[in-house]
Amino acid sequence: MAALAIRDTDAARVLALSGRLDAETIRDIWRDARRALAEAQDRRVVVDAKDVDYCDGAGIALLVDLLRQRNKGEVEVENLKPAFVTLLKQFDIGVLDHDLDPEPKRRPAVEEIGAIAAGVWHDLRVQVSFVGEMTSALFYAMRHPSTVRWRDVWVICEQVGADALPIVALISWLLGVILAFQSAIPMKKFGAEIFVADLIGLAMLRELGPLMTAILLAGRSGAAFAAEIGTMKVNQEVDALTTMGLDPVRFLVTPRVIAAILMTPLLTLFADLVSLLGGAMTLQSFSIPFVTFVHEVEGIVDFSDFMAGFVKTFVFAILIAGIGCLRGLQTTAGASSVGDAATRAVVSGIILLVIVDGAFAVVYFFLDI
Amino acid sequence: MSGTEPTRNATGMPAATPAAGVPVASPGESIIRVEGLTAGYDDFVLLNQISFDVRRGEVFVILGGSGCGKSTLLKHMIGLYEPMAGHVFIDGDDIVDAEGDALRAILRKIGVMYQSGALFGSMTLLENVKLPLEEYTELPPEAVDLIGRMKLELVGLEQFTGHLPAAISGGMQKRAAIARAMALDPMILFLDEPSAGLDPITSASLDALIRRLAENLGVTFVIVTHELASIFAIADRVIMLDKRTKGIIAEGDPRVLRDTSTDPWVRQFFLREPEAAVA
Repeated sequence: MAALAIRDTDAARVLALSGRLDAETIRDIWRDARRALAEAQDRRVVVDAKDVDYCDGAGIALLVDLLRQRNKGEVEVENLKPAFVTLLKQFDIGVLDHDLDPEPKRRPAVEEIGAIAAGVWHDLRVQVSFVGEMTSALFYAMRHPSTVRWRDVWVICEQVGADALPIVALISWLLGVILAFQSAIPMKKFGAEIFVADLIGLAMLRELGPLMTAILLAGRSGAAFAAEIGTMKVNQEVDALTTMGLDPVRFLVTPRVIAAILMTPLLTLFADLVSLLGGAMTLQSFSIPFVTFVHEVEGIVDFSDFMAGFVKTFVFAILIAGIGCLRGLQTTAGASSVGDAATRAVVSGIILLVIVDGAFAVVYFFLDI
Repeated sequence: MSGTEPTRNATGMPAATPAAGVPVASPGESIIRVEGLTAGYDDFVLLNQISFDVRRGEVFVILGGSGCGKSTLLKHMIGLYEPMAGHVFIDGDDIVDAEGDALRAILRKIGVMYQSGALFGSMTLLENVKLPLEEYTELPPEAVDLIGRMKLELVGLEQFTGHLPAAISGGMQKRAAIARAMALDPMILFLDEPSAGLDPITSASLDALIRRLAENLGVTFVIVTHELASIFAIADRVIMLDKRTKGIIAEGDPRVLRDTSTDPWVRQFFLREPEAAVA
């Protein structure tokens, strides 16, 4: 236990400390001691530590706190045991009295908005520059296939493609089921539930199949690319590649982009089939047999519809892998920076996917596809 | 080098006499007891049936070549790893079997500095140091803030309190990690390679700080290090691990071991001879 006794003499106010001063005990006397010192006003204050048995870093902090409340000489610590005096002398009260590393002041709102706008513009320029660098690396890989690290490509293919099959299957099947249910109920009122098959066929193959698969991959593989390359950046592995004369884009980005280009179309095909299966199973409960469903889909969906969706998957693949790798390479330092990179990869990946999908819709409209 | 070494008595303990009332080293009084510890990974045994004591208030150094299990031993001593066999008693309590509040009570007595610093990247240095104080004590915020600043001043980082770990050098991160380990003034401080990566001046200041805390507050230090200059400056006692025997090949005052040991591996280590020199 620590105790504080206050007494006034002709010469000074005396704060007599006793017992054990550590992090557990000083909380009871910290504010009392401060208050007693403040109440002494202009009188000299003596902190009498004669009966202090033990004083660790927290106890020394209490003494330092009392000493720094007034100008030098106005508060004095007396009778402190030599071992504790050694600990007290380690600290420069003047240094502790000032915050030598204050938080930077917040910028005015206008300046903040300007800085954000400049940041977005800079990010856009970096993305364009990265697209150029990545395209150049891909062309180089096409002309010199032996320079591609194919073993890495196959491993990444497995991670991006085969390992994603369960989640893609689940989401696509549910999408088919939900779409069928939501549209079949109102259409049944008009006796038009057979056209649900047309709706599912067109919507999934042209739009939802490629887009949902791409969004899933952005959340799964895009984030993984960003986190993996980000961790490599933090651990200076990317610096090591650079100083070995190996281009990080060729070494890290190219295999990932190639793997994504190979796997995204296949996963989209798989998603299309599973969602159609989900729709067909749902329509069985509306007395539409499987064969009828297939026949209806065959009648409405032609090759151009399939290709309209399929072509997009290659662009989506480049976007997902590219943005994931770029965010990874932009990682600065620390664990939180890796988390930021993964988040930014997913967010900007999905935004870009939606924008590009919209652009495809406009182009298809004008091309009458 | 010996000219700069602190004077010691016959037991190898510091000769300085601390003030009355200060808990200090009592030769023979054990604060950590490692009993028949077998440690390793999967089926691979790295340390086989080792036993030793760390005495209260001493600076105890774990030595050995790379890969001999120094850091593994340290991680077993702080309860991070579960041993294949054996026990580790911290101030009388077995950390191996402890759980819940009992484990928390043991951990309150120790502070650990990891080789990489292991600072929390999203917190400033001051927030890192304040974290254990906020979690374990009920001190008023101004007291927590002052103690945090004092710990950082002790390691020479008073001008970097608001910096994030990523914004400072590796050596500075290490010093901040030491400040965080000392935040609660634990009775035992475990330091994994504290001097590695530090400049000689900072390293010497750290050595002086360790001796000051050991002598004036009776803090016990368990340190893993390779730095011979640091070992001779601070260590009261060392143990040397060896990967060939998977055990302890030497124990005692490092100066005595250097001058009198007949074990070729021990001599090779202290004399910094290349591996091929011992057949």
